[in-house]
Amino acid sequence: MSGAPSRHRGLGIVLAVLALVVASFATLDLRWDAFLAPGELAKIASFIASFFPPQADPAFLRRTLAATGETLAMSLLGTVLAAVGGMCLSLPASASGGPAARALHGTARLLLNALRSIPELVWAVLLLIAAGLGPFSGTLALALHTTGVLGRLFAESIENAAPGPALALRVRGSGRLRVFLWATLPQVLPQLLSYSLYRWENNIRAAAVLGVVGAGGLGQMLYYHLGLFQMHEACTVLLAMIGLVALVDAASYGARRALNS
Amino acid sequence: MPLTAASPALRDPAWSRRVALLLAAAVLAWPLLVWTEFNPATLADARSLRATWRFVADFVPPRHDLPFLAELLRETWRTVAIATAGLALAWLVAVPFALLSTSRLSLSAVAAPMAWLPALVRQGVRWLLVLLRSIPELVWALVFVRVVGLGPTAGVLAIAITYGGMLGKVYADILESSDPAPTQALLRNGSGRLQALLFGALPECANELVSYTVYRWECAIRSSVVLGFVGAGGLGQLLDSAAKMFAGSEVSAILLVFVGLVWLSDRASALLRKVMA
Repeated sequence: MSGAPSRHRGLGIVLAVLALVVASFATLDLRWDAFLAPGELAKIASFIASFFPPQADPAFLRRTLAATGETLAMSLLGTVLAAVGGMCLSLPASASGGPAARALHGTARLLLNALRSIPELVWAVLLLIAAGLGPFSGTLALALHTTGVLGRLFAESIENAAPGPALALRVRGSGRLRVFLWATLPQVLPQLLSYSLYRWENNIRAAAVLGVVGAGGLGQMLYYHLGLFQMHEACTVLLAMIGLVALVDAASYGARRALNS
Repeated sequence: MPLTAASPALRDPAWSRRVALLLAAAVLAWPLLVWTEFNPATLADARSLRATWRFVADFVPPRHDLPFLAELLRETWRTVAIATAGLALAWLVAVPFALLSTSRLSLSAVAAPMAWLPALVRQGVRWLLVLLRSIPELVWALVFVRVVGLGPTAGVLAIAITYGGMLGKVYADILESSDPAPTQALLRNGSGRLQALLFGALPECANELVSYTVYRWECAIRSSVVLGFVGAGGLGQLLDSAAKMFAGSEVSAILLVFVGLVWLSDRASALLRKVMA
């Protein structure tokens, strides 16, 4: 045990983190005066009060419900497309063997990393040019980012699957597709489903805000009404968002418990 | 149905069930396709194809003149600074709430079940933390932009609130999952809560707490890029305006920097966690 050097290193790290924090606060032109002055606090309180009561007009509630359905559909379809896309890419990404397989493996991994490292919202902004405003580009954006995430997770589960059953079939001369369908897939399917459910939970949150850049759903409504300072309407949309997320969390929690038991 | 018609050796016993499941999934998916206006034909439309092609063709080479690179560097630092300042504030929010809500430091629970008032306070704090994190940071930022105007303040506050809720909950969970014996022993022998925390719970949990915080910093950098899209400054805002002007070469340069930044923060966070462990 070398106590002193590790203490020095720890001190160095703490100092570096402190320096980063101080530099961050110092270089950003933060406007605390907008918060800390007494008159401003009253302004903020009245701003928050202006959200209530939420707009409860039946026609508006119906529109909010339709947007909620749209958000739900976007997240669900985006996740399904991503599960299919991730499956297709995870097969080459989990390939092993000769140089051709290694090249395939590397290319698929690179593609998955690129898809994954760009957030849904950035994909949506880029896709608006090709797919236009609306839920279609939002769905594609969710699908692209999630394909990267799920593809990597799927590839890892396929690589970690026990090789015995696949070997048994291959020895008897079954083709690659059959080996995968009847030996590897049944082993990893529960894990793939549980990953997909988990991502769906994430995607419902993402789908709710994607609309801010014009990609449909509740986010688009929120952006529109906040822009017009229609606070009561914005409040209803916010409540719908929170309710939707809570509902999906509960559903996914229940589904995963059912899967695991 | 090639597999069922073949010899018994190749017959698949699960075939009919799998086909039925796929059919059911297709029927369920139909309304989703309608609701999301799913129409790949828009992608192949001649006009949008031309616009997309012009945009994408402009990606190579990425813009790399000096003034642009200087701006890119400035905005990259702003992105990191917003994430760091936001997380620092989130930490200030999270620590008191985590200490308030964890039952590990309860004095009344040492001998008997927790008294009703402390239990109520703890539950209240937990609900407050749920409320803080259940609204996405982008929505907080949208609201704050209306209050404090465009600029990094809205981004910092949005990250501080959402991440404060997340950190507070996870800190409390980590403290609660620690071995109860040391804190109990300290509290029973009359030490204060602060001593019980510092000498009972923290030595065991410190690594986990630090590594979760570092992981969240990495997430905050990604969030801070996204927050730029609603006017909180940084790389996101730059990317938003570049995409709106169809400036493909700028978009590709910003995306490259962004992917590099995410990779770098990922490496830095992995390194820090390894050193701390």
